[in-house]
Amino acid sequence: MATKDINTQDPMIDPQTGEFRVLAPGQTFKSVTAKISDIVLTPHTPLGWFGVFAVGGSVAIVLLVAVTWLFLKGVGIWAITQPVAWGFAIINFVWWIGIGHAGTLISAILLLFKQGWRNSINRFAEAMTIFAVVCAGMFPLIHVGRPWLGYWLFPLPFTMNVWPQFRSPLLWDVFAVSTYATISVVFWYMGMIPDFGTLRDRSKSKFAQYVYGWASLGWRGSVRHWMRYETASLLLAGLATPLVLSVHTVISFDFAVAVLPGWHTTIFPPYFVAGAIYSGFAMVLTLAIPLRKFYHLEALVTERHIDNMGKVMLATGFIVAYGYGMEVFMAWYSASHFEFFMMWNRMFGPMGWSYGVLIFCNIAFPLTTLWVRKWRTNITFMFIISLIVNTGMWFERFVIVVTSLYRDFLPSSWGTYRATKWDYATFLGTLGLFTALFLLFVRFLPMIPMNEIKMMLPAAKIKPKSETSAEHGVTD
Amino acid sequence: MPVAIEGIYGVVAEFDTPSDLVRAAQAAYHDGWRRMDCYTPYPVEEAAEAIGFHTNKVPLITLIGGLMGLCAMFSLETWISTLAYPVNIGGRPLYSWPAFIIPAYEWTILFAGLSACFGMLAMNGLPSLYHPLFNAPNFRNGATDDKFFLCLEATDPKFEVAEAVAYLESFAPASVVEVEY
Repeated sequence: MATKDINTQDPMIDPQTGEFRVLAPGQTFKSVTAKISDIVLTPHTPLGWFGVFAVGGSVAIVLLVAVTWLFLKGVGIWAITQPVAWGFAIINFVWWIGIGHAGTLISAILLLFKQGWRNSINRFAEAMTIFAVVCAGMFPLIHVGRPWLGYWLFPLPFTMNVWPQFRSPLLWDVFAVSTYATISVVFWYMGMIPDFGTLRDRSKSKFAQYVYGWASLGWRGSVRHWMRYETASLLLAGLATPLVLSVHTVISFDFAVAVLPGWHTTIFPPYFVAGAIYSGFAMVLTLAIPLRKFYHLEALVTERHIDNMGKVMLATGFIVAYGYGMEVFMAWYSASHFEFFMMWNRMFGPMGWSYGVLIFCNIAFPLTTLWVRKWRTNITFMFIISLIVNTGMWFERFVIVVTSLYRDFLPSSWGTYRATKWDYATFLGTLGLFTALFLLFVRFLPMIPMNEIKMMLPAAKIKPKSETSAEHGVTD
Repeated sequence: MPVAIEGIYGVVAEFDTPSDLVRAAQAAYHDGWRRMDCYTPYPVEEAAEAIGFHTNKVPLITLIGGLMGLCAMFSLETWISTLAYPVNIGGRPLYSWPAFIIPAYEWTILFAGLSACFGMLAMNGLPSLYHPLFNAPNFRNGATDDKFFLCLEATDPKFEVAEAVAYLESFAPASVVEVEY
């Protein structure tokens, strides 16, 4: 680690390690509570919030229109047909759910690994997960053609005595995604219960006291409760970890179980999971950077967080790069004419440009620049790179879905794919819905877990009697 | 089970630092107090240890929940595929257990996770929107913010209001108040 380019006078840098601090110095229990709860409890909503919410909300209305038209006319308004029967809907589904995975990774896997720095970002990363799953889950439902029969996916006792077919990865998906959504909501809500208690106790308005009081379930901070709560959090983290890995694995089975060239590979599960985390961290950055600026949270979400997220992206980006490399290698090594042609067509065929975008956005640009610590801690640069990686990961799913489907075994059945305006409207609409939901979250719920930040403060360290009595006058 | 003294839930002392709380809790436990609790704005493991709360049953509940989910889904799949609706899918056996593992795995996690969360809440006696401690004038100002409380409860056989107050005062807390029902 090159440390010579770092300004050691910077108060945000720990002189002992040369690393950025996880939290800015000088935070107290009181200041943390005040900083985070005031964002929610203030009666004055910032004007900027209304501005962004208006934009997000308007775009969400586009989604409403697109889905209404879809229900009236059917999936024919999209560009899906033979041979490309899976289009934007499945691309968006995989993209959104992948984004969600970083939230679970931060809240669960990094908790198990005792990565204290995650505490600042886990709450809104979890919120991101839930809203991303909301957007993702909608696509398979509206893609089935007759969404009002969507309940047929579940093993329910109908009068016609028809039951689902459990050997299909598409049905596994139903269970994987519904479990993922449920566990994410439970984990997220459970994490907020103590913070709702804080909001209840700090709010001045009677209405807010009632609402947060109900939401807190009467939390009073008994250490017995805390210990059970901590056990339950750890257990949920331990359960969410295999869950999140399984969800994208099952999604990759949707592809890998088919015999299509470009889909039928065993590398898909790990490569999908890594890609999911890669894009998810990019989305966390896309959200965290404007949030910390807008709400002045630089003391709690520091350069250290941005830096660490850059490192995670670098690592997962290389797994993704390995996946791309292996796909090319296997296309050659398999000696299968169809595999070989698929790869050639993916790179140089009529849609080769999408492969180029993918390689640039996911590999060529981020994986060369993220090595440099100076750039990893440059906020503007990281924001731009997060947008680029998000774009790249969307194109990855586009490449996998479309370029594998449009030219498969039989040249007489080849076709092409050109998205319609309804495809774009639906995709854009989910971005609006996501933004609107996220803004509501930021306004009404505590976006940083207060109790977890307090645990990390130096004042939380239990000291033996001699030390505390000596500095008792200082702490008062 | 000792009965509550009419009108008084307990006596609560407020501390400014977690270290003071832990020390007081340790001493109180050492001096034979058992029906007591600490209230902190974030988990203080040492305080739980100090009042003799070492293990909890949440892991057991989670395990039972997870096993129930596993059995429920796997048997549902088996019943559907072999008895209720047997369909020949590409010549695969009706009882294709490897394919059944994935939904069963998901339901193991689903049931275990729900059991962990709701089990934790149930063991904690939550939701309970009313609690006598909320009557203490300083409790809501600090318990979820930056103060640390030790409550000696009236159900303890040693409990006597004046004595409990005097005992807590000996730890030099910020304040000691009586909590009424």
